[in-house]
Amino acid sequence: MAQLNNGVAASVTQKQPLWLLAEVTYRCPLHCAFCYNPTDYDKHTKNELTTEQWISALRDARKMGAIQLGISGGEPLLRDDIEEIVAEAHKLGYYSNLITSGVGLTEKRIQAFKEGGLDHIQLSMHDVTEDISNFITNTRTFELKKKVAAMIKSHGYPMVLNVVIHRYNIDQVGKILEMAEALGADYVELANTQYYGWSLVNRDQLMPTREQLDRAEAATNAFRERVGNKMKVFFVVPDYFADRPKKCMNGWGEVFMIVTANGDVLPCHSARVLPGMTFPNVRENGLEWAWKESPAFTKYRGMEWMKEPCRSCDEKENDLGGCRCQSYLLSGDAEMADPVCTKSPNRHLIDEALVNSQNPLVREQPIIFRTDKNSKKYVEGDKERIAQFHALP
Amino acid sequence: MENNIQHADIYAIALHHRFQWEEAQQSYVILFPEGMVKLHGGAGEILKRVDGKASVGDIVADLKTTFPDAEDIESDILGMFDLAVGKAWLRKLN
Repeated sequence: MAQLNNGVAASVTQKQPLWLLAEVTYRCPLHCAFCYNPTDYDKHTKNELTTEQWISALRDARKMGAIQLGISGGEPLLRDDIEEIVAEAHKLGYYSNLITSGVGLTEKRIQAFKEGGLDHIQLSMHDVTEDISNFITNTRTFELKKKVAAMIKSHGYPMVLNVVIHRYNIDQVGKILEMAEALGADYVELANTQYYGWSLVNRDQLMPTREQLDRAEAATNAFRERVGNKMKVFFVVPDYFADRPKKCMNGWGEVFMIVTANGDVLPCHSARVLPGMTFPNVRENGLEWAWKESPAFTKYRGMEWMKEPCRSCDEKENDLGGCRCQSYLLSGDAEMADPVCTKSPNRHLIDEALVNSQNPLVREQPIIFRTDKNSKKYVEGDKERIAQFHALP
Repeated sequence: MENNIQHADIYAIALHHRFQWEEAQQSYVILFPEGMVKLHGGAGEILKRVDGKASVGDIVADLKTTFPDAEDIESDILGMFDLAVGKAWLRKLN
């Protein structure tokens, strides 16, 4: 029996895009400093796919074996056709998940989602305190999120909370879990920040210490012991603190396919940062060609692309060399071993980042929030900043 | 282990879980938030009979009739129920 952990297949014989993530818009009312969305998202906000294009993409992906559908963004509820998309997804046999900040979820809309057959709603929460929650999202949304949580519960949906963990809330993990319990959560994901997009820009400000991480893990385990099976708690370990990289996306082009707001088809959330790549787009290419044959999807599929030390490594099948984007963003070489790996010649980049994040001069730099204004700066080529950013750490 | 499962027990697919045939995978699957389980041959045959009405005993009898050549099928079936209950894919109705 192939157990799919957290949506990731542990064993599949043929490569099928089991998981389709539809990033339907990059517009978002929140401005979270840890967002993994591209820093230049602003250029993708004006050419979003139409309802018909989304429905056609859902139909094609379903034929290829896609079954778990995530509807995400940005904030998907900023589109007024999510009801239509959800209903079509249900007819096609998807198990569908709306991934939302809760902003824009009304009684009327949740009723329509229920009638349309949406299977679950994943709500982002940020902290137990209004101050931190509002600070990190750069909005006043804390009270609203609690109301939305109650609304989700009252409509009979499983309550799935996603809490991104960073320096500002990691010491509250025990209390965050108690809040989740009080809200009636069925699943809680404590997702330690991964450093891509906006979170990489703010890495020194967001990174916790190893001691904080250990305490948070202990608090999580204590909570699990007390609560047992009633609530499932996933603790997503931050890879910077590990010795081996994560098997990113369970492998490039193995089980995940992402269609972005403007129709780009990606093997992972941040693949567009990689240089010299052309990604398929549903306006021009069929999804089947994109998945099976496009140069972008075949480039890092499997192990052929590897160089040393990965090529001859006896652990290469465990992690497939880690994350191509992380390798490129930190070392400038997408085909090198993920710098997280202690066998990588670039591991020092991770160790330096860990040290840097504790340097008071660096960590007190202002956070750059995910706003249209800041994104425009990246789009318009704030060359100095981008050069500096790629040269990090 | 298998002593936990009684012939009179009646189970249904757990809340927020969905059981369905997947053409692309040629197998039954259970879907739930953030995950999915693929059920190989026998496991799918067992769980597709779990409908909130049939008892474990009914399902054992039905499978014995459907697969008369299968040996020691009962302990396999009870083992599968035990696994599915442990994983919270099923909920007990009585």
